[in-house]
Amino acid sequence: MGSIGIIFKRELMGYFATPLAYIFIVIFLIANGIFTFELGGFFLRGQADLLPFFGFHPWLYLFMVPAIAMSLWADERKTGTIELLMTLPIRLSDAVIGKFLAAWVLTGIALALTFPIWITVNYLGDPDNGVIFAAYIGSWLMAGGFLSIGSCMSACTKNSVIAFILTVSICFIFVIMGSPILLNSFPGWLPQFLVDAFSAMGFLTHFDSISKGVLDIRDMLFFTVFIGAWLTASAIVIEIKKAN
Amino acid sequence: MIEIQNLSKRFDQFTAVDNLSFTVKEGEVLGFLGPNGAGKSTTMKVITGFLAPSEGTVTIDGFDITESPIEAKSLIGYLPEGAPSYGDMTTLEFLKFIADVRGFKGEEAAVRVQRALDEVALNNVAHQTIDTLSKGFKRRVGLAQAIMHDPKVLILDEPTDGLDPNQKHHVRELIKNLAKDKIVVISTHILEEVSAVCTRAVIIAQGRIVADGTPAELEAKSRYHQAVSVRFTEQYDLSADLSGIPGVGDIEQDGEDELRFTVLAENAESIFSTVSEVAQKNSWPVDEFHVNRGQLEDLFRTVTQSGQEENNHG
Repeated sequence: MGSIGIIFKRELMGYFATPLAYIFIVIFLIANGIFTFELGGFFLRGQADLLPFFGFHPWLYLFMVPAIAMSLWADERKTGTIELLMTLPIRLSDAVIGKFLAAWVLTGIALALTFPIWITVNYLGDPDNGVIFAAYIGSWLMAGGFLSIGSCMSACTKNSVIAFILTVSICFIFVIMGSPILLNSFPGWLPQFLVDAFSAMGFLTHFDSISKGVLDIRDMLFFTVFIGAWLTASAIVIEIKKAN
Repeated sequence: MIEIQNLSKRFDQFTAVDNLSFTVKEGEVLGFLGPNGAGKSTTMKVITGFLAPSEGTVTIDGFDITESPIEAKSLIGYLPEGAPSYGDMTTLEFLKFIADVRGFKGEEAAVRVQRALDEVALNNVAHQTIDTLSKGFKRRVGLAQAIMHDPKVLILDEPTDGLDPNQKHHVRELIKNLAKDKIVVISTHILEEVSAVCTRAVIIAQGRIVADGTPAELEAKSRYHQAVSVRFTEQYDLSADLSGIPGVGDIEQDGEDELRFTVLAENAESIFSTVSEVAQKNSWPVDEFHVNRGQLEDLFRTVTQSGQEENNHG
């Protein structure tokens, strides 16, 4: 088992050693239920798909993912365990990736536990399971994007509450970047390519197409590069701030 | 061998470690002394690769800590200041994690973990969450983690801080038993600890070395070296008897016990026999009578405070 695997295992065990993982999963499932059935009008739509379910995910992640990301590095620095971790024979990149993967798998577990809704929609009708599968992948990738921002913000501060607020704020910007409301409010004299570039950075732009079943390589690439970039930034920030 | 060459570490404007050079060889137990803020912990953090040096190099057995960090770190066992560990894990889980990181597998890992538990007497709390342990136990968990891979180089930042006298004794025994072919560097405020376990002591102040030698050598530099302590059974004025005796310097009366006097040796040469002759001739009412080896504490104060004054003038 490589260093990434060892860190991953410890972190994931850590989530389940405390009530954190259970609370996260339970609240995630309850919130999903409320959003899908109450706000999303799952039954009223009369369509056998999961669009109302996935449509709320960006907003759900906006608050839930920063809650698990906030302690990734802030706690290490607060308790001083970062000194232990960084003097063990492991690379910083391995630690950053291992921790990220553990948190990402936790969101993946929570997401997978929403399977009853998939069973429900299959029982009620005849949905396109390919589309649903693609949307699950897209949703998970988007969670990874939120998490990578959280990883970097958590590295910036010893205080996990500050990390939470910073993460929510930055994630919010990335969520609304692609939304039509924001794009339409841009002044007309802005060059089109700037508006396009801005919208291309938005999570909704990429998630919308994936959740409709279009598993475009460019959208997947967007999230992968996005995660990679924020994790690199995390490593740099940790290197700079670890001693403070 | 640890080789430290022209090591400096600066934080913004503040210089924590200032052009430090020294080597530590196999078999040495180096006591790293200095007042708070002298740069002890910073130096240890640089040696262990947690902080990058601003200037200079640190090599562990030929591996440069910045250029080959993984190889160098594999040789080091480190107990950071305050003995941090993952509080949400049990002692056993934590040590298993360390065994994983150190690359031990299966049977070997189990043996290593068990041995570490035995060495620092942690078996009773193996299944307890680290957060619930007392300070002394947490420190021992940190020690167990540091010695798990039988490291060539052991760096301990205040290993006995917060331990009770029995545990302190136990940890010192542990360090002594380790040190045959190993390098041990410990930082401490407790000067008796240096005499008890160290083969060499380095005193630093303002990030610079101000004294370096065996504990005995350093004690010999103290002005109490070869001094004679006398305690009388009743009030007695010994200064008249000792005036004019060659080699005898100042006489100090103990602040708390007015029957106790210390007769300083002028040239750090033995005055014990001369003073005892005088005592016999004048039939001193002696209760205690012995020679001082010198006091590390005294030397410590002298060298660290003179350093400070210099700095203030500069």
